[in-house]
Amino acid sequence: MNTAAAPTLDDHDHGHHAGPSPGLMRWLVTTNHKDIGTLYLLFSLTMFFIGGAFALVIRAELFQPGLQIVNPHFFNQMTTLHALVMVFGAVMPAFVGLANWLLPMMIGAPDMALPRMNNWSFWIMPFAFTLLLSTLFTSGGGPAGGWTLYPPLVLQTGDAFPFVILAVHMLGVSSIMGAINVIATILNLRAPGMTLMKMPLFVWTWLITAFLLIAVMPVLAGAVTMLLTDKYFGTSFFNAGGGGDPVLFQHVFWFFGHPEVYIMILPAFGVISQIIPTFARKPLFGYASMVYATSSIAFLSFIVWAHHMFTVGMPLAGQLFFMYATMLIAVPTGVKVFNWVSTMWRGAMTFETPMLFAIAFVILFTIGGFSGLMLAIAPADFQYQDTYFVVAHFHYVLVPGSVFSLMAAAYYWLPKWTGHMYNEQMGKIHFWLSVVGVNILFFPQHFLGLAGMPRRIPDYALQFTEFNMISTVGAFLFGFSQLLFLYNVIQTIRGGVKATDQVWEGAHGLEWTLPSPPPYHTFTTAPVVK
Amino acid sequence: MTTSRIAQAGGIAAGGALLAWSAVAHADFALNMTPGATSVSREIYSLHMLIFWICVVIGVAVFGVMFWSIYHHRKSRGVAPAHFHESTLIEIVWTVVPMLILIAMAVPATKVLIRMADARDAELTIKVTGYQWRWHYQYLNEDVGFFSTLSTSPAQIHNDASKGEHYLLEVDQRMVVPVGKKIRVLTTASDVIHSWWVPALAIKKDAIPGFINESWTLIDKPGVYRGQCAELCGKDHGFMPIVVEAMPEAEFRQWVAKMKASNLNTLTASGGKTL
Repeated sequence: MNTAAAPTLDDHDHGHHAGPSPGLMRWLVTTNHKDIGTLYLLFSLTMFFIGGAFALVIRAELFQPGLQIVNPHFFNQMTTLHALVMVFGAVMPAFVGLANWLLPMMIGAPDMALPRMNNWSFWIMPFAFTLLLSTLFTSGGGPAGGWTLYPPLVLQTGDAFPFVILAVHMLGVSSIMGAINVIATILNLRAPGMTLMKMPLFVWTWLITAFLLIAVMPVLAGAVTMLLTDKYFGTSFFNAGGGGDPVLFQHVFWFFGHPEVYIMILPAFGVISQIIPTFARKPLFGYASMVYATSSIAFLSFIVWAHHMFTVGMPLAGQLFFMYATMLIAVPTGVKVFNWVSTMWRGAMTFETPMLFAIAFVILFTIGGFSGLMLAIAPADFQYQDTYFVVAHFHYVLVPGSVFSLMAAAYYWLPKWTGHMYNEQMGKIHFWLSVVGVNILFFPQHFLGLAGMPRRIPDYALQFTEFNMISTVGAFLFGFSQLLFLYNVIQTIRGGVKATDQVWEGAHGLEWTLPSPPPYHTFTTAPVVK
Repeated sequence: MTTSRIAQAGGIAAGGALLAWSAVAHADFALNMTPGATSVSREIYSLHMLIFWICVVIGVAVFGVMFWSIYHHRKSRGVAPAHFHESTLIEIVWTVVPMLILIAMAVPATKVLIRMADARDAELTIKVTGYQWRWHYQYLNEDVGFFSTLSTSPAQIHNDASKGEHYLLEVDQRMVVPVGKKIRVLTTASDVIHSWWVPALAIKKDAIPGFINESWTLIDKPGVYRGQCAELCGKDHGFMPIVVEAMPEAEFRQWVAKMKASNLNTLTASGGKTL
């Protein structure tokens, strides 16, 4: 994009306001967007490994038929907590971390618009997760009814129940505050000349994501509060015996849940739309249509929720409506994929680690999109629903989708953040191990689902053995490969080859006009964007 | 690793994955959905395969263009990047064409869905009730009802005995039905939500406490069709299978008579003889 601008760094001495507080207090009291971004990213990396460990327990148990390692109740706790940790602890905070680091630097703002609230929205999270994970040690164990928290099953949770609800509330508060901050920053702090249609796509996708967050997190809060009163205060929102309806919860949950899915993928679209033009050395194809496509996906996300519930027994008209609306999502999503491929077309590509992850994202996310289209077909969905086909589908869009975009983003901006180049050779090895591992892990799960294996079971019939074994091997390969990423990140933070300001030959945008690493305060005087 | 080797390896990996999927789709393995035992299940299977092949064709086209570009438009080949970044015509084309493909998919899907929703004129109605963790079957108008529980031994599950052929997919009392008759299946539950799923019959319907869901099937040929609970329902969710045995009408009548005389006959969960 045409964001040619002179960096206006402020080299004046600001006295005690200029730098960070000394010691650990820096991280506790910080209101600096770069510090908070770092906190978010490191927190989400930690959660990624915790959630990953839960996943490996699941895959280890499923390596062969029979019960070997854990009992079914603990198995259910693992599936539930794996999902909650990965969704709310790993993927969402990682994107918020990217937003914190990058939005001000991309739009030429000195910081986020509401820095104190920014501190809060981060520091709520470690407490929420301490609360959530501590339930593993309560009597009756952690939540075991699935991350979707469907009643009446979830009401059978033991002492963990109120803690889980409170943790979800805290995470919701954190997300809403983060989203308000993103919107306030983007709408108020853009540098002169940075019109909406000149914003980098990552900024656009986050703006739209933030509106989705504000719209749906309160819906989740309402739903879980109704669960709480059903359990402890004698209400019957979801209890048929008292005049309520268990399916009502599912409608409300998925009214949150489907936009939530896009909350985890729209910023990924933004990341990929930054990276592919850089390494293709060619401007993004169809910038305006990317913005419109993202907005359309966001709108459609509000009217497709019941495709998660085709088997609950909706009237025919309802099933038809949700089937058609869901199929429509393929159109704007297709536009995005075509735009990325057209951006690569007749470029001059190089394949550094961020580009490798971005290309893998486009291919593997599209495969997840294909299975999503298949799932949209309601009659066929009756066969796919609640099987491993669904598990394969959403892991394809979430792991080689969202998570690969996060890996791509980390490699892409790490030299900017730290001032050091990461180890490219190790990055490429990490990429190849990840891309091979993730496919061995999730591709066979399509076959398992089609052959009839339900999800969320700790033990299975003998005909599913081979593909479960293959999947487990892939899981361990993928999981342990991520230690290479951890090592590479730590080494890059500690030192390495000095990165240039532009870092990548084809990089454009305000953040690349700043030094690497950027000083603690940047754009204290707004740059002018032409 | 050089970029060309990376591109090649990437191409081989993705192409291989696609080929593997399409090749095995017709293989005689437990890799794909089966056509099943009813006309509806066969229609769903055709729908599934139709959408699958449409996706394969689109995938081959899009990824083909992408890999061609990755191979040819590399800096290491000394190419200079082009500068184009929009084209209204092509953007309209790739919005409209997918719309048309979607409509082509929606038409057959709608037909099947409408057919599945029509449970009128059933000749036999069976009420299926989910419990933690077993099923109860009640044959309305036949005065037959019984529980159906997993019959795999705990020793097999805990690896103390070798696992049988139908490990986890076998029950003490099968749901017996006649072939060639339209059967209405009503699903409900007594405690938490379950889901009654038999892949060969293409029925998956949630069993929801306090509500009754309706579906139907018409089985062509005698046989034993196995399924499982498909909605997480607690610790033994993986241990409440479904076995449906379809047999000719005459044999079914004999079975009904035998069941009526049997002490297994518990019309309702409480053991009562009436609804």
